[in-house]
This record gives sequence, C-alpha cells and structure tokens, in this order.
Amino acid sequence: MTIDVDVAHRLGAFALDVRFTSAGRLTAFFGPSGSGKTSLVNVIGGLIRPDRGRIAVDGTTLVDTASGIFVPTHRRRVGYVFQEGRLFPHLTVRQNLMFGRWFRPSQERKVQLETVLDLLGIGHLLHRRPGALSGGEKQRVAIGRALLASPRLLLMDEPLAALDDERKAEILPFIERLRDEANVPIIYVSHSLSEVSRLANSIVVLRNGRVAAVGDPAEVLSRSELVPQDAVEEAGAVIEARISQHDIQFGLTMLQSKAGLLRAPYLDLPEGTTVRVRIRARDVMIANAPPVGLSALNVLPGKVIELRGSGETAVEVAIDCNGVKLWARLTRKSVETLGLRSELPVYAILKSVALDKSTLGKSPLSANLRGADLGVRLQDENAQGGAWTRPERAETKRGST
Amino acid sequence: MDGWLNLSPEEWTAVRLSVRVATVAMSASLPIGIAVAYLLARYKFPGKSLVDGIVLLPLILPPVVTGYLLLLTFGRRGLIGSFLAEQLGIVFSFRWTGAALACAVMGFPLMVRAIRLSIEAVDRRLEEAAGTLGANPFWVFVFVTFPLIAPGIIAGMILSFAKAMGEFGATITFVSNIPGETQTLPTAIYTFTQVPGGEAGALRLTLVSIAISMGALMVSELMARWVGRKIWTE
Repeated sequence: MTIDVDVAHRLGAFALDVRFTSAGRLTAFFGPSGSGKTSLVNVIGGLIRPDRGRIAVDGTTLVDTASGIFVPTHRRRVGYVFQEGRLFPHLTVRQNLMFGRWFRPSQERKVQLETVLDLLGIGHLLHRRPGALSGGEKQRVAIGRALLASPRLLLMDEPLAALDDERKAEILPFIERLRDEANVPIIYVSHSLSEVSRLANSIVVLRNGRVAAVGDPAEVLSRSELVPQDAVEEAGAVIEARISQHDIQFGLTMLQSKAGLLRAPYLDLPEGTTVRVRIRARDVMIANAPPVGLSALNVLPGKVIELRGSGETAVEVAIDCNGVKLWARLTRKSVETLGLRSELPVYAILKSVALDKSTLGKSPLSANLRGADLGVRLQDENAQGGAWTRPERAETKRGST
Repeated sequence: MDGWLNLSPEEWTAVRLSVRVATVAMSASLPIGIAVAYLLARYKFPGKSLVDGIVLLPLILPPVVTGYLLLLTFGRRGLIGSFLAEQLGIVFSFRWTGAALACAVMGFPLMVRAIRLSIEAVDRRLEEAAGTLGANPFWVFVFVTFPLIAPGIIAGMILSFAKAMGEFGATITFVSNIPGETQTLPTAIYTFTQVPGGEAGALRLTLVSIAISMGALMVSELMARWVGRKIWTE
C-alpha cells in the first residue's frame, strides 16, 4: 500500500509543491489551516488537476502530467469522506450507502452492506433521510458510503472537524476499526494533534504548501517545531504500551511500556491490547531524586539526553527512559535550579489523569488484520492487475525506467 | 346553472385544442429548456449574453412581433419553414402545431428562468461527492442534479403551460384563428366578443379557462410539495 506523490499546483497566491512516499495504513496530513492539506487531498482525489506532477497508488498511476495521464475522479476508485459529509439529501441513508456500490461491476464489489453497518453501527438508520441524522451519524454514514464503493484508497478530509468533542469521541473508535480491519489504506487530513497521534501510522507534516517532515508519529510529533503554533501545548512523546492489567477497585489500567509501568484511568479494552499513549511534554515533571510523598502515580527513571530552548520561559527536555524518549516542558528557572544537563539521571513524573481519552487510543500496531472479514483483498487484486484504469503509457514508462 | 355551462361542440373543440396545444408546447420545449438552462447556469462561453438575450426576447417583444417573426421564419416560404416542409413534410403555418410552436416560444423564457435558478442553487459539492463514488457526469446528472432541480423543473413546466393556455398575440399572428385547427381558448373568447350575443359563450369559456389554470396550478403545487418532502424531511 504505497502512495507516491510528487505534485506542484498554483491556486491564486498559494503554491502547493509536495513530494512524499508513504506506506502506512493510515497516513495523516498534518498542518495548520491553509497549509494545503485539503488541496493536496483534492489533487489525489481528482477534484483538482495539478499543474505538474505524478501521483501513483500501489504502482497505479493516477496523474502524470509528463505523459498526459489524468484519470478522472469517477474512475479513480478513491473513496472520499468530506468534512461536511455531503450526503445526498434526496436519498435515504440506505440509498446513500448503496450509491457508489451501484457503479461498481459486481466482481469488484468487495464490501458488504452488513459488514459496514456492523462496523459503523448505523444499521438502525437505514430508512431515514440525511436531514434527520445527527452530525456524528451523518459522518458515519458518509464513511460507510465511501467504503461501500470498494475504494483502493480512502481519503478523509477533517471528518471530525465539524463535530463537538462528544461526537468526535463517538467516531474515533470507528476510524480505528476502519484502519485496523478494513484493509484499505487511508489518508487522513487533520489539524488536530490528538487525532493524528492517535490514528496515524505515518505523518506528512505540511507547512505553506510544502512538506515539512515525513515520518512515524513518535518521531514527528515530539519535534515541537513541527507542531502547529496553536497546538504546541499538545506536543509530546508518543509511545506504545500494552495493557497488562485492570485495577477495578481504583478504576485504573496498568500499561506496560518499554519505559516502565504506567497507570492510566480505566480503559475499556481487553488485557493484552496494544495502545498508543501520547505523553504531553507539559504534563511531565522532572525530579533529580526519587520522589517521596507524591500523588502522581507514574515515576519513570531515566536520564537527560537533550535540552532545547523553546522561547523566553520554556525549555524542552528530552529524557531517555530505557530507550524510550520522553519530553518534558519546564521553565528555564526549574532547569537551572535542578542543574539539568545531558547524561544527568532523573525521574520523569506523570499524573495518571493526564492520560485521558484524547491522549490514549488503540495502537495501529495492534491491528489484527481482519481484512478478510470485509472481503477486501487489495494486494491479491493488484497482483492480478485489477480492473482499475491503468493507463498504458504509465506501464511503458515504468518499464523503461 | 345547469345547462348554462353546456358547451357547444365547437367550444369543446376549442377547449380540447387549447389543452393539447399547451401540453405539447410544454413537453416539447422541456428538454431544450433544461439543456439551455444548464448551459446558461454552468458554463461560460463567448456569446453567452447574446444567447441569454435571445432566450429572453419573447418576454420583452410584443407578442405580435414574435408571431410575425415566426411567420417569417417558420411560414411556408420562411427560411426554416420551407426547408421543413420540403424535406420533412412538417408544416407549422395555420396548423395546430404552429400554435404549439408559438406557445412554446412564448413560454420558453419563463421555463428557462425557473430551471436555471434551481440549477444555480444546487450544491455542486454534492456532484463532486457523486463523482468520487464512481458516477460519471451523466449519472451524476441523472441521480443527483436532476432530483435536486425537480422542483424548479415543475415550476418551469407550470409557467410554460399557463403561458400557453393564455397565449393570444403570437398565436393569432402566426397561425390565425381557424376553428377546429388553430382556435384556442383565448382566440375563441376573442371571437365570441366580436359577434352580437356572444357574451354567454365568452363567459362559459372564461370559466373553463379559469378552471383549467387553477387545476394545473394545484397539480404543480402537489407535485412540488411531494418532491420537496422527499428531499428535505424524513
């Protein structure tokens, strides 16, 4: 599932010039408003014809301006979940869901209605019209509609941005299931650090129409200069941990990570599940001796490996806890008082309640690859050539290079 | 009251002819009306304002002038009329088909305007969404655009029909006032008012005319409400 993008496009005063390759199940386009995320997704979806460049998904060329290839939107088999849902108001939920399926030849219909209804929990809505749905329900139907068109690639453009926090929390688990079970590569556009760190396997950071960084979330999200200014408070480390035990008496969940044991508020996931924990730099305290009489439940020994000034007052301190890099955001005064310097042994302290819903989620690494359940078998299909429009010239071009 | 509305066979002929002319005028101009409205609503092309002006012309010109222009172009010896008569055997002048043509032309600006406004009101992002789901532009029109503009199309149809029921000037100029062939309700009423003792007949036909127009209006209201309910509520 590789996505190759190298395009340039000018929209008035704004110039998009992007080049990256991503192989993740869920690639996030991350950046502030106006960084070109939506334009880039529209170029991939065929809604914008780029001035120059090439786009290929799994080796199939969608756009190649050099050889005059431009596969029109309706032949791309790229599912698109829009920010505003864009359900057809004159059709029922059922008709909306089946819309894309109708245009697929029967041998390409890989996704069953029942599976999607079950995955997204929308079975009870089938006979309603979009006007009678809540925002969260609309968005789930929009996701189902895109899935039922059996796409090769699913584009999600800020699917949660128009929803309140409660609705977001309602839909995020469905997107996690989609990522882990649907076996369709996803491009997920967002300016929300918590969504991106929870969902992404791979992140493309966009800034002013250009790629500022590409990489895995742990690496990219710990670099505060890559995090949008308004989200710098949210920056921190992203680590993987396994649920080792639930403490029902106190409503806690024990998470075993490489850095040590973490206690988090109770998580409704089975023991053994791998989760992704975002530890915000602003939530981490540092002590230079083992703390006594402390309310915080998580104390991780480690050593300082890097100090980075990030302004007049604050300093970001990187701590190596058994090979896992955590970040702490401290005042310059504290750094001096404690005499923090590289190689100094310290203790990173984290309140359990700092690990809340917005920082904890099922890890993409826990994917149990239930793709067969959805009936989607993308790789097999590609091996046989598939029925996607495969421009001949692209084939010869690739063959000659 | 009874017997008072008893129409003579000639009057019945005029009523039937009027309904037929209006129905044919409306139906025949509908596909062209949708196409022209779509063109004007969606595309920019050189000479667009000229096309726009020509479409609106029958609304601004005196109907007699429109009728005379039709006579010049679609008459037996007219540029298009002679071609149609010789090559295809289609004759408009002094036939009921000519009355339908005159009514269609007169109602065309009203029809195009109503449909055009509804096309301009369509959320094009819905059409984009249909494209991403695999629908080519034709199916996008059939399954998304058309249902969304249906209320506008109904409004355009009723305007065209009503205009055709009442058309007088262009019709009488183009195809005259021949009983049984081109004498529609308005021209029949006009004829009654020109003869002594014709008042009763004129009144009868006037009442029929009111009844038909009201009926058409109510049918269109019901259709529009039905379509509207399908789109905007549960």
